[in-house]
Amino acid sequence: MSAPNVGGIGNRPLPEYRQPTRRNTEALLLAAAIAVGAFALVSVDLALYNQILTSTIVTVAVMTVLLAGAHIVVRVTIPYADPVMLPVVAALNFLGVAMIHRLDLAEQIRAERAGGTAPTPDLPSQLTWTAVGVALFIAVVLVVRDHRRLQRFTYTSLFAGLILLILPLMPVIGTTVNGATLWVRAAGFSFQPAELAKIALTIFFAGYLVVTRDSLALVRTKFLGLEFPRGRDLGPLIVAWLISLAVLVFQRDLGTSLLFFGLFVSLLYVATQRRSWLILGALLFILGATLSYFAFGHVRIRVQVWIDPFAQAADNGFQIVQSLYGLANGGLLGAGLGQGYPQLVPFAKTDFIMAAFGEELGLAGVMAILVLYAILIERGMRTGIACRDAFGTLLATGLSIVLALQVFVVIGGVTRLIPLTGLTTPFLSYGGSSLVANWMVLGLLMRMSHAARTPDPVLIPVNRPVEASA
Amino acid sequence: MTRQIRRLSAVLLLMLVALLINVSVIQVWLAPGYRNAAGNQRVLLEEYSRERGPILLGNTPIARSIPTDDQLKYLRKYSSGELFASATGFYSLVYGATGIERTENSVLSGSDDRFFVDRLQQLFAGRQPRGGAVQLTLNPKAQKAAFDGLAGRTGAVVAINPTTGAILAMVSSPSFDPNRLSSHDPADIRSYYDTLTADPAKPLQNRPLAMTLPPGSAFKLVTTAAALENGYTPSSVLPGPASLKLPSSSRELRNWTGKACGPGAKTTLANALAVSCNTAFAWLGVKLGADVLRSKAEEFGFNDSFAVPLRAAISRFPPGLDPAQTAMAAIGQFDVTATALQMAMVGAGAANNGMVMSPYLVQEVLGPDLAVLETATPARYNTALSPENAAQLVKMMVGVVENGTGSNARIPGVAVGGKTGTAQTAPGRPPHAWFVGIAPAISSQVAVAVVLENGGGAAEISGNRLAAPIARAVMEAVLAP
Repeated sequence: MSAPNVGGIGNRPLPEYRQPTRRNTEALLLAAAIAVGAFALVSVDLALYNQILTSTIVTVAVMTVLLAGAHIVVRVTIPYADPVMLPVVAALNFLGVAMIHRLDLAEQIRAERAGGTAPTPDLPSQLTWTAVGVALFIAVVLVVRDHRRLQRFTYTSLFAGLILLILPLMPVIGTTVNGATLWVRAAGFSFQPAELAKIALTIFFAGYLVVTRDSLALVRTKFLGLEFPRGRDLGPLIVAWLISLAVLVFQRDLGTSLLFFGLFVSLLYVATQRRSWLILGALLFILGATLSYFAFGHVRIRVQVWIDPFAQAADNGFQIVQSLYGLANGGLLGAGLGQGYPQLVPFAKTDFIMAAFGEELGLAGVMAILVLYAILIERGMRTGIACRDAFGTLLATGLSIVLALQVFVVIGGVTRLIPLTGLTTPFLSYGGSSLVANWMVLGLLMRMSHAARTPDPVLIPVNRPVEASA
Repeated sequence: MTRQIRRLSAVLLLMLVALLINVSVIQVWLAPGYRNAAGNQRVLLEEYSRERGPILLGNTPIARSIPTDDQLKYLRKYSSGELFASATGFYSLVYGATGIERTENSVLSGSDDRFFVDRLQQLFAGRQPRGGAVQLTLNPKAQKAAFDGLAGRTGAVVAINPTTGAILAMVSSPSFDPNRLSSHDPADIRSYYDTLTADPAKPLQNRPLAMTLPPGSAFKLVTTAAALENGYTPSSVLPGPASLKLPSSSRELRNWTGKACGPGAKTTLANALAVSCNTAFAWLGVKLGADVLRSKAEEFGFNDSFAVPLRAAISRFPPGLDPAQTAMAAIGQFDVTATALQMAMVGAGAANNGMVMSPYLVQEVLGPDLAVLETATPARYNTALSPENAAQLVKMMVGVVENGTGSNARIPGVAVGGKTGTAQTAPGRPPHAWFVGIAPAISSQVAVAVVLENGGGAAEISGNRLAAPIARAVMEAVLAP
């Protein structure tokens, strides 16, 4: 926390100081992001159809309007918010849109050649979801005037989060897609409630830890030379662990399960400042991982495929092998947008969108995207540090951790660094729930960053008498 | 909490760095291996999205790629169907490529290093690189004659230009339709392939190069060559009884006629070849010895492999033979085996003043712009005979056709040389019928070998009855103006 320019020299009055809002920086970066996205779309069109398609012009217009709208709302309501986050998210979202357009065209060309009818393109629906995401971003910015008020909803959030997690298991509305029960289908829409649950549960974890962190941190028992929390303080950790396991067991969703547990353990560590939580968390993770390896066939298959995907290249390992082939085809600089075969990788629009980028933009493109994520995550963590209240710190840190873990788990999965789990790539992947939820996360982070960076009028003394140096 | 958040940030950043390192390893380090992996469809799609170069005879394409409107942009078409399948092979989505399609793939697909400049130009023009063309040495008329002659039979024909080694005809029978294996319909490709592999006649086997069979009496050409090079002359007198007891063995070798080969159970070398006298050649083989026979066989190409550029199986003259085995080997039995290509090379060596030329199938390699990049240069493989002895051998071969067992190869107005062969296989199975021919006898233009597997007829005459007419048709086709 900094009070800029405290005091003066001699009796001279302080020069007037204004905390820069950096909104123009944001506008400039946003323009760059839009340019990148538009350039990507045009490249795709030229490579595949040798002309710029109407859909591209419409897409650029829609994206520009949406992002400009978001920017204007930020400029008016949260002028001190971090100026980099929105452009980074805009770039990711726009690149994702461009890749989905590219894969749409691949399907269309295939259908044209085969003489069939092309499947409905996913671009319009992704644009719609982007619009909903931006709208909810604006709503979050406008409605959550003070993020501290969210602390009041600590247990409401827990309840909401659990309900959201259970929804897909409900009859009628719940749906199983590709072996994982993550979807809710109603009125023609399908939604992955786990994406929203991660916001709710982060609010819960932050609110809960703010209250309990002192007792969790201070009351310890010694065991094997290390200080450990008391048995009854272990309750929440065990509960989080069990929730994660339940997600794994009932919804067969390895990714979300990992995400929640990693988030909770990290936040415990931040809140209590005790490393023993990390050790306990790691032990529980190993225990859970071992148990699920032996208990669940689908986990075992994932691990086997991870160890040697080529042994099952035709069935279980097919996706990951195709993903690796795609990445290999991309090489250093990529095949060029529209010039590779990303459509050969199953789920290229969703889980495996990074394989598509790796193929067409190469290592250079993957690096650029990872750097964008790194910037976003670091800015989020900084917001956590800059927050003036513990709840805000934990919430901002938690949301950033969720983002980071999700990026790591999904990209690590498609590049065979870790076993594959089903998660969407934030902002890039096709899919409404993920996009909307992540835009809401951005709304919260920028709202908190505004709160943290707003100069406190009380703290700026003008013509304060000079005190003796202390 | 700041310190913990900073530490956590560092850890999260490290995780992203791990991702980056991992992706770098895949996209740079492991990429070449992944690109060449067997199941990688991308390579195939990349190949099919380019215009693959044609395979030409003269200026006429026998295989070319035509644009399609399905997912794979080009379809491979073989205009003559089965006729050239032995040489071109097929180009299949499912089973890869064979024949020239495989051995000359880098040229045809355009990935050859010699096309670097063209590829660069195409890249800047935003077009897909094009493939180059491969021109074959085959003579369409000779090919057609061989194909028609083999129709309905199981066997192979190879015709060679003796002075260059250029392959003029190469036919495997039964053949297959490369169009069906090169289609874009995997289900149909599979079902056709399964039909072909289930066929007991094995149509996918490229017999002229791949099938090694005992050459039988046709091998007597090699034995004769060895004799001529070791002091014998066509008029040398050899024992030629009706049957010969094999040395240190209880077996008796009999002539196929059941009679002696000449008056007083004696015969000249020339007559022995003309009437295909087993006992005389067995005696000669023992007299010359296994080593002399083997080294002569090796001078013609036995015990060596050839890439024309299609790889041919190795024809064998085994080492370590005892005298009885040597006697059998001298008449092309025991473990002596040869491809049709090898037997054509034996005829060609005799016809080319004793010089055996390396066989080849690719006349020219052309760039995408049809500029000639490479022209075949005939290369001598070995000298098997002195010119004088070669002339003697040719003369004796003419005797075979004019006065001996090869009467069906006669062409009016042309001096044709040749040698029949009938190779015993398993007891009870019909023998293989061979014919090796050259024409004309002076400055020969063609040497041809015909083999019919288990061709029929129990007797020695099957070489003349079945194989010689096919050889004659091929030679006539080459000689025709």
